[in-house]
Amino acid sequence: MRASRSFFLPEAQMLIRHSPDIAPSEITPRSLYLRRREFLAGFGASLAFAGAAQATPLAATRSPFSTSEPKTPRTDVLAYNNFYEFGGRKSDPADNAHTLTTKPWKVRIDGLVAKPADFLLEDLIEPHALEERVYRMRCVEGWSMVIPWIGVQLSEILKRAEPLGSAKYVAFETLVRPEEMPGQKGLLQLLPWPYVEGLRLDEALHPLTILAVGLYGETLPNQNGAPLRLVVPWKYGFKGIKSIVRISLVETQPKTSWNIQNPREYGFYSNVNPNVDHPRWSQATERRIGEGGLFAKRRPTLMYNGYADQVASLYGGMDLERYF
Amino acid sequence: MRAALRIPKLAVYVAGLVPAAWTFYLGLQDQLGPEPIKTLEQELGLWSLRFLLLCLLISPLRRVAGVDLFRYRRALGLLAFYYAALHLSAYVALDHGFDWPAIGRDILKRPYVTIGMAAFVILVPLAATSNNAAIRRLGATAWARLHKLVYVAAILAAAHFLLIVKSWPAEPLLYAAATAALLAVRAFPSVLRHARRAAESVIPGRPQA
Ligand code: HEM
Repeated sequence: MRASRSFFLPEAQMLIRHSPDIAPSEITPRSLYLRRREFLAGFGASLAFAGAAQATPLAATRSPFSTSEPKTPRTDVLAYNNFYEFGGRKSDPADNAHTLTTKPWKVRIDGLVAKPADFLLEDLIEPHALEERVYRMRCVEGWSMVIPWIGVQLSEILKRAEPLGSAKYVAFETLVRPEEMPGQKGLLQLLPWPYVEGLRLDEALHPLTILAVGLYGETLPNQNGAPLRLVVPWKYGFKGIKSIVRISLVETQPKTSWNIQNPREYGFYSNVNPNVDHPRWSQATERRIGEGGLFAKRRPTLMYNGYADQVASLYGGMDLERYF
Repeated sequence: MRAALRIPKLAVYVAGLVPAAWTFYLGLQDQLGPEPIKTLEQELGLWSLRFLLLCLLISPLRRVAGVDLFRYRRALGLLAFYYAALHLSAYVALDHGFDWPAIGRDILKRPYVTIGMAAFVILVPLAATSNNAAIRRLGATAWARLHKLVYVAAILAAAHFLLIVKSWPAEPLLYAAATAALLAVRAFPSVLRHARRAAESVIPGRPQA
């Protein structure tokens, strides 16, 4: 195997050009920074406890990447989920996911990296500053939310594993544990397990891409993908793989679950795009959850879910009808 | 057993419309969950399909089990139509806010909507002729032939449901299976004969239907 190249620096510099200007007021004051260290210690400690999931408060600095749109009510964020490991209905995850034990939680980072390793979740997260990112989330089914995630940039974590020059993609894998995930057993299983997802390396390193460990100021509820999930705000929600146990750097485009299930309908990229319809329904509009009851209007879906300024350059010259 | 059911027909209509009224009421009270419009729309569609299948159950029920609910068949069929109309209204008014170009495109481009629309279009003449005057005007044979279209509507409705979902969840599969079973007992009368013989051996001395 070749030794690792210093792969990240040019990449990171390139990415910084896409990020919006950070106002001086956004730079974390020292007192807050110190406080954050305490909370981070708290995060580790809370995760170290074995046993049932308990929402633990998390402190995080606000991120300039956050939208100022009204957030979707927390009750809706926790009640309306697609997480087929716990069943096919939107209410199934909230009803069934309490059975999942998330402590201890191990994550393997392997593949084309100089430093493959198995991490305990707290060891994976603790070295990094937690940020709150309020992102739009657009589901491929035509609804959307605004969710205050707490997490760390995926690029920070990948950097520690030192990807090799040959790494072109990142593959992710969800836990398989039928004893605790009722959707993974029985007659009618909706997807092949494990749920797998993938990103191109430049997408994975983009500053908008995060690994979330919490939302609404607390550790992730099980139904939202505890204890560790991916959030890629310019892609359809199903790209945000939940309850991650493995992250592999690979050379060729990895398989992704919905693409395996129905390649005609779900592509590898799955970037939010109002101009490319799902074969069975239009993607031009969406319904914002928690907005206006029975008489709410649809709203237009935005290119790259409104993140075009930051990410459109990743797809320059690509035929988006073909690479949907 | 046959005498047991003497519910007035009007009660069937009233009870049949309760789910619509109740769901709409819950919607107004903001009690339909995170996606109230979708929930209402789905609920109305589901009840339409349920009444359609109940309507198709009447005749095999009499032939196999000797339970005669024929006097309610028209009510069930009309309820299926009312719910389809309400379902379509919810789709047009609430889901798409009378955005006619978008609705038109949806109906033409999305097979599942096209199929739902076809099911509805079929139910219109059936509902319009579900009265004694129409039966007299058409004559019993022509009327019966026209109303065979209900089988087509049921197939389309079940397909419509199957085409909406991602992956293969149980509910639409169960409804499709029920539809297939109700059509199979008609297509293959021997199935019915076997079923009746089985029923007779279980309940000796049961009066013939
Ligand atoms: C006999 C006629 C019809 C029947 C029996 C019927 C039945 C159904 C059923 C069972 C569902 C699924 C409910 C669920 O997911 O739980 C459904 C959904 C739907 N139907 Fe129909 N339908 C009919 C006609 C129509 C028509 C005419 C339209 C529109 C032109 C339509 C549009 C839709 C849409 C858009 C959905 C999906 C709602 C959603 O999930 O957002 N249907 N229908």
